[in-house]
Amino acid sequence: MEGCSKTGEQACPQLLDLMAKERREWRVMRDGEASSSEEKKLELRLGPPGGEDKRWSLKDSTNRERDAHHHQYLLSLGYFSSTNNSNNNGFSFLHHHSSRSLPVMAKESSQPCCTKVADLQSPAEKKAFLSSAPAKNTAVPNSSQKRTAPAPVVGWPPIRSFRKNLAGASASKLPASESPNDVPSKTVNEKPAHEPGRKNPFVKINMDGVPIGRKVDLNAYDSYEKLSAAVDELFRGLLAAQRDSSAGGIVNKQEEEKAITGVLDGSGEYTLVYEDNEGDRMLVGDVPWHMFVSTVKRLRLLKSSEVSALSREKCKTRYWLD
Amino acid sequence: MNYFPDEVIEHVFDFVTSQKDRNAVSLVCKSWYKIERLSRQSVFIGNCYAISPERVIGRFPGLKSLTLKGKPHFADFNLLPYDWGGWVYPWVEALAKSRVGLEELRLKRMVVSDDCLELLSRSFVNFKSLVLVSCEGFTTDGLAAIAANCRYLRELDLQEIEVDDNRGQWISCFPDSCTSLVSLNFSCLKGEINLTALERLVARSPNLKSLRLNRAVPLDTLQKLLMRAPQLVDLGIGSFVYDPSSEAYIKLKATLVKCKSIRSLSGFLEVVPCCLSAIHPVCQNLTSLNLSYAPGIHGNELIKLIRFCRKLERLWILDSIGDRGLGVVAFTCKELQELRVFPSGVDNAAVTEEGLVAISAGCPKLHSLLYFCQQMTNAALITVAKNNSNFTRFRLCILDREKPDPVTMQPLDEGFGAIVQSCKRLRRLSLSGLLTDQVFLYIGMYAEQLEMLSIAFAGNSDKGMLYVLNGCKKLRKLEIRDSPFGNTALLTDVGKYETMRSLWMSSCEVTLGGCQTLAKKMPRLNVEIINEDDQMEFSLDDRQKVGKMYLYRTLVGPRKDAPDFVWTL
Repeated sequence: MEGCSKTGEQACPQLLDLMAKERREWRVMRDGEASSSEEKKLELRLGPPGGEDKRWSLKDSTNRERDAHHHQYLLSLGYFSSTNNSNNNGFSFLHHHSSRSLPVMAKESSQPCCTKVADLQSPAEKKAFLSSAPAKNTAVPNSSQKRTAPAPVVGWPPIRSFRKNLAGASASKLPASESPNDVPSKTVNEKPAHEPGRKNPFVKINMDGVPIGRKVDLNAYDSYEKLSAAVDELFRGLLAAQRDSSAGGIVNKQEEEKAITGVLDGSGEYTLVYEDNEGDRMLVGDVPWHMFVSTVKRLRLLKSSEVSALSREKCKTRYWLD
Repeated sequence: MNYFPDEVIEHVFDFVTSQKDRNAVSLVCKSWYKIERLSRQSVFIGNCYAISPERVIGRFPGLKSLTLKGKPHFADFNLLPYDWGGWVYPWVEALAKSRVGLEELRLKRMVVSDDCLELLSRSFVNFKSLVLVSCEGFTTDGLAAIAANCRYLRELDLQEIEVDDNRGQWISCFPDSCTSLVSLNFSCLKGEINLTALERLVARSPNLKSLRLNRAVPLDTLQKLLMRAPQLVDLGIGSFVYDPSSEAYIKLKATLVKCKSIRSLSGFLEVVPCCLSAIHPVCQNLTSLNLSYAPGIHGNELIKLIRFCRKLERLWILDSIGDRGLGVVAFTCKELQELRVFPSGVDNAAVTEEGLVAISAGCPKLHSLLYFCQQMTNAALITVAKNNSNFTRFRLCILDREKPDPVTMQPLDEGFGAIVQSCKRLRRLSLSGLLTDQVFLYIGMYAEQLEMLSIAFAGNSDKGMLYVLNGCKKLRKLEIRDSPFGNTALLTDVGKYETMRSLWMSSCEVTLGGCQTLAKKMPRLNVEIINEDDQMEFSLDDRQKVGKMYLYRTLVGPRKDAPDFVWTL
């Protein structure tokens, strides 16, 4: 699979993707016109219980909006996991899922994988959405929303992140999370060790000549070397595919995917640059890692030959066009 | 008035200070319009994209003070992507090019770069006051430029700002000749600060009335600063960590007793959960107390402190005070006008309807409320409405979304209905808990003065939103998230939006087609669809629901600085 390292676990994300998509489409067929609200509550679904019924009843076939919400919920859940938590596998798969769904859908064949994935999915799903007990998905919920602890949602409760971070920095127990009443659960009990001031650890990364971008979780790395290795992993396959297609579709199956190296010191074919919080384009590697993480907004792999033509721009001229 | 010379009319207009009144004055006749615009000194722009800097400068060439607001309110809660907009650089650039003698700039929810601060500091000789609330995009380098170049700086006030890069030397950039400081607030900066430079600065600022320190300023420095500035009226304590037997603490206690002018106290960003008795002498004169950044202070200690604060008019506190503590507030603070109770995140700490009822009974002057609580009942809200019909701002946030009345299991429609019916001067309302369309019927019927309404996870159908749009004639800002309002509600009265500043709808039922229809009918609105994750690249189906929509009236058409993910229809 493209862009995927070769461990069996890493192969799962694509399958999980498919399952999620399948599930939504299934619900479309089932819902048809007006399924009763009771029925809707009884459905197995990916998402926080109660209140969000409306969003998950599909009237149209496009899933983009769902993806957006899905992504949102996943991201906010992702806040609770640290990358060291082995139970986190469910999360990281689901994270990768949302940003990679397009290439996967184009390539993936379907049926045989699904049944297997169903098994993989449900425990992961249960872990992923453990904020409500898994039984809730199937039990008839009380219509008065007596939830034990609702899944966190972006922007709720409505307090400024400045307040959340402040409390987190001092000696109190206020979690730097979306919900002040933290989810009591065994599987997710670690707060992320995420940088103060780093509101969204996922940054986009694009590469010259490759139309599809990726997203990286900066909290997963603690040095430029590790970031560089991850970048190589993410784009090596995509770049090779791009070369294949630009060579007129003559696919040379023997051709090895070339490693992307030297992105930090200018010695490779590509150089890693970033856009900081002031909108300036900067070379990666100059400042201490933690400072980089807190100021980086986007990453890009430029052809090294173009790097010398960098110039400072004020106020958001759009050089980040894909 | 026709036969008075212009100078006389202008002199009369000097007494007309509020922006609303001046706007009204300017509509009377051409001559008054001209006199008013040439003499206006203070301009307030509620939405920086509603008008261009050039036109503002063109109309008000005498402007000295400019207030600008950028991002919509929900940006505070991470609902808006980082680089949506709100850059202030074009404004500063335009002002710098003109001959405007800018003296004061107040910004809220805008993006300010270091270059912008640099330009600002160099362009206006008489620049006196910079107030930034909830802004971002700059570092302490920008502050250094302001400090170094604004010779007559009186006010530098940073509120609720997260500055990434922080090197603490900016405070040394105030030249020795700078003695004009009246207000200095850097409490939100996280990093170290040059303490010696700070002490010298305070020592040479005889007019300093307001000083808010950050957590890097330790107790002994605080004591030295207070010695140099006994005239302080507003104090924000940074670090209050000490050893009770230490000399530094004993000295501080003595110094605080001498600070008889302090009326406003805040901060305690680092605090030892032990006694605050040193503060007690100051409490009796306090009119404003903000302990909402101090989760380290325990409920009991808060209560002890409050008992001394009989003159308090404004209180910002954490819910660790508990219902019992609010009872003490109700008993003690009879002058209280504004109360904000924020969530502290500590499990047993939260407040409930009991605390609110006690406050409403005990504090007759209370008119502004922000209350984060575990639960609320209809009965409590009805009681509050009976006790107090003065509310101008009533913002209730029940932490558990869509939570009903825990006693009756009913929605909170009746409770909020009672509030809007009783409080005839209500201008701002935020709703929470389980709510049906009924509450919006009440709001439309009774909330005649309502200017801003925040809705989240509420309502059943388009009717809800329609009740509000039809009924609230003075509505200026409406923000809605996660509620089932769709195209019918959006499109029934499109003219309404030109009477409002803005409308935000996210995770509702409006579709792309609906928004496009609206945009077509109303060319003087910017209807922005905010797409994350490059959704714009995919097919554009009219029936597709819109994730985030922000629309606002404007005189200058679609903005040219919109990023890729913002699509102005």
